[in-house]
Amino acid sequence: MQAAPATSAVVVRVGSVVKEFGTLRVLDGVSLDVARGQTVAIIGRSGSGKSTLLRCIAGLETIQAGKIEICGHEVGRPGKTARAQLRRDVGMVFQGYNLFPHLTVERNITLALTLVKKQSRDAAQKKAAEVLRLVGLTEKISSYPEQLSGGQQQRVAIARSLALSPQVMLFDEVTSALDPELTAEVLAVMEDLATRGMTMITVTHEMGFARKVANQVVFMHRGKIWESGPTSELFAGPRTAEFKQFISSEL
Amino acid sequence: MIHLNAHHVWYLIAAAQWTVLLSLIAFAGGALVGLPVALMRVSPRPTLRIAAGGYIQLIQGTPLLILLFLTYFGLGILGYRLIPLVAAGLALTLYAAAFLGEIWRGCIEAVPRTQWEASDCLGLDRFQQYAYVVLPQAVRMAIPSTVGFMVQIVKNTSLASVVGFVELARAGQIVNNSTFEPFIIFCIVAAIYFAMCYPLSLASRFLERRANAGRASH
Amino acid sequence: MLYKFDFSFLMEKWPAFLTGAWLTIQLTVLSIALGFIVGALCAVARVYGGHMLRLLVGGYVELIRNTPLLVQIFIVYFGLSSVGLKLSAEVSAVIALVVNMGAYTTEIMRAGIQSIHHTQLEAADCLGLTRVQTILHVVLLPAIERVYPALSSQFVLLMLASSITSQISAEELTAVANNVQSETYRSFEVYIIVAVIYLALSLLYRLAFKAIGLVLFVRRRRLGTAL
Repeated sequence: MQAAPATSAVVVRVGSVVKEFGTLRVLDGVSLDVARGQTVAIIGRSGSGKSTLLRCIAGLETIQAGKIEICGHEVGRPGKTARAQLRRDVGMVFQGYNLFPHLTVERNITLALTLVKKQSRDAAQKKAAEVLRLVGLTEKISSYPEQLSGGQQQRVAIARSLALSPQVMLFDEVTSALDPELTAEVLAVMEDLATRGMTMITVTHEMGFARKVANQVVFMHRGKIWESGPTSELFAGPRTAEFKQFISSEL
Repeated sequence: MIHLNAHHVWYLIAAAQWTVLLSLIAFAGGALVGLPVALMRVSPRPTLRIAAGGYIQLIQGTPLLILLFLTYFGLGILGYRLIPLVAAGLALTLYAAAFLGEIWRGCIEAVPRTQWEASDCLGLDRFQQYAYVVLPQAVRMAIPSTVGFMVQIVKNTSLASVVGFVELARAGQIVNNSTFEPFIIFCIVAAIYFAMCYPLSLASRFLERRANAGRASH
Repeated sequence: MLYKFDFSFLMEKWPAFLTGAWLTIQLTVLSIALGFIVGALCAVARVYGGHMLRLLVGGYVELIRNTPLLVQIFIVYFGLSSVGLKLSAEVSAVIALVVNMGAYTTEIMRAGIQSIHHTQLEAADCLGLTRVQTILHVVLLPAIERVYPALSSQFVLLMLASSITSQISAEELTAVANNVQSETYRSFEVYIIVAVIYLALSLLYRLAFKAIGLVLFVRRRRLGTAL
């Protein structure tokens, strides 16, 4: 089922972004617009720059040229308020889940709610229960991360970011570290989120998911956006040799 | 009141020689006694293990100062004239042996089980296993922390002053009693200790890094 | 040459030993608590601080770790009084012990803090936590849990090292031993008693730290696994 149709408001605007690590140019003039409610899948070989692009959007990496805007605010503006604004708007889920091992699932979720959003304990706990219900892990609320499977931990990580009500959620190869049988439960949660209208950018190797859920697919190669467009069109008619090669190798 | 002058500083540096001597005695003695202790700790025989373990627990649970007093007065009981150097040397030896024994036990146990098995399959007896296969590897692993422990020994020789041995710390007190400038004097004393200990600390860290690099390349 | 052991002085002198032991406990518990705070702060500075701060903390740690505690105590007690700051033996003892403990704790805590993977910090950052909040809630407790055995050992070592403060006449256990033996001439017996008391204190401290660990580290208490 395709995600809900996009409205015209642009949530993420990436303009001619250049990113270098020392002398290595990892992003070579990347531009991308993501409208509200859209689900964008970024695909490509390792080293193509897709994770780096996501991290730049999240503000985890600095860019050398170009501009990134989230909800009209520029990413990378100095100052505490600018940073706080970015963190409010963007939710990030990592390949390694990065749950806090010394805290329970509930505390993992309520930590930012109480410290950053200054919510009361009760309000935070209520929110935690709500997002855990969304990802289907209500019964694990008092467990520690180590007691959960990889798939469950990743769903908690999604819930943790979701609890902060971000404008856009970024997913960085969130199923790559999982055993195949655990991947489905995470993808199901992501599909559900998309249906509910969340703006999502996901770097993924899961072609099935991309075809099924994403509105727009972006194929990256050597730091550039090689091909991009609506999902069905793109997969139906690959134009460049590199993309053709990529598709055939992924099947 | 005499003012602090170059003679006093020279006296302090000369006293540092005794610190070095006592340190070497303590290390030599500690190594000599410590190796059997370590071997006893990994022995298959429980009596040896427990005896060595008890010794280590005893020493590690008592302040070195008390140990010094015990050996000093203990020697007196046995009828020997109370010679500070001997008492201090003995106490520091017992102290160092316990700690070195523990460090070296750890290193022996860190030699992979497979080394024991391989040498056993080649027909080596227990003594040969130790001498030709296990100990050489354990020694290589032990060097960084052993050098690091030397720093502890040098610092601990300062306590020998309480049984009357004139090493660097005592010399500082003596100079202070004639010039009454404790701040400068003890800062100089500290500086001399630092000059002796810091190179050892650096060496220990350098050896540790090199050992880790070597392990990583395997 | 048979030595006749004579412990009869205990009948009369045991309160003195108890008082001495009590002062040892007071001195060391205070020094451990303050020293730990100093060490934790310095470790945070060492790992997250600017270049100047890291250099300063590094210098402090190297200075303390490469000089004997006895000399450090002399500098605080005799040295400071000669430049005008007259402190009691007990206060000097605590200052010297705190400074000493701080340096060793810094190194131990530094290892603990550095064992926290940077992805944990990244996750906290993405959730919007400030630097300070991240250190307090995500870094410190797991770091302490990781290095807790090393910390406990260091704390016990400090308690044993407190015997050195007898050299500036702080009236702790070793000083009491020195006093009693000079009165009774039963030197060997006195120091055996005191050695036994220190052994008992070591055991007591180790048990206390274990208990504190159980209270502090909820996850470990519930699951029994290492972090």
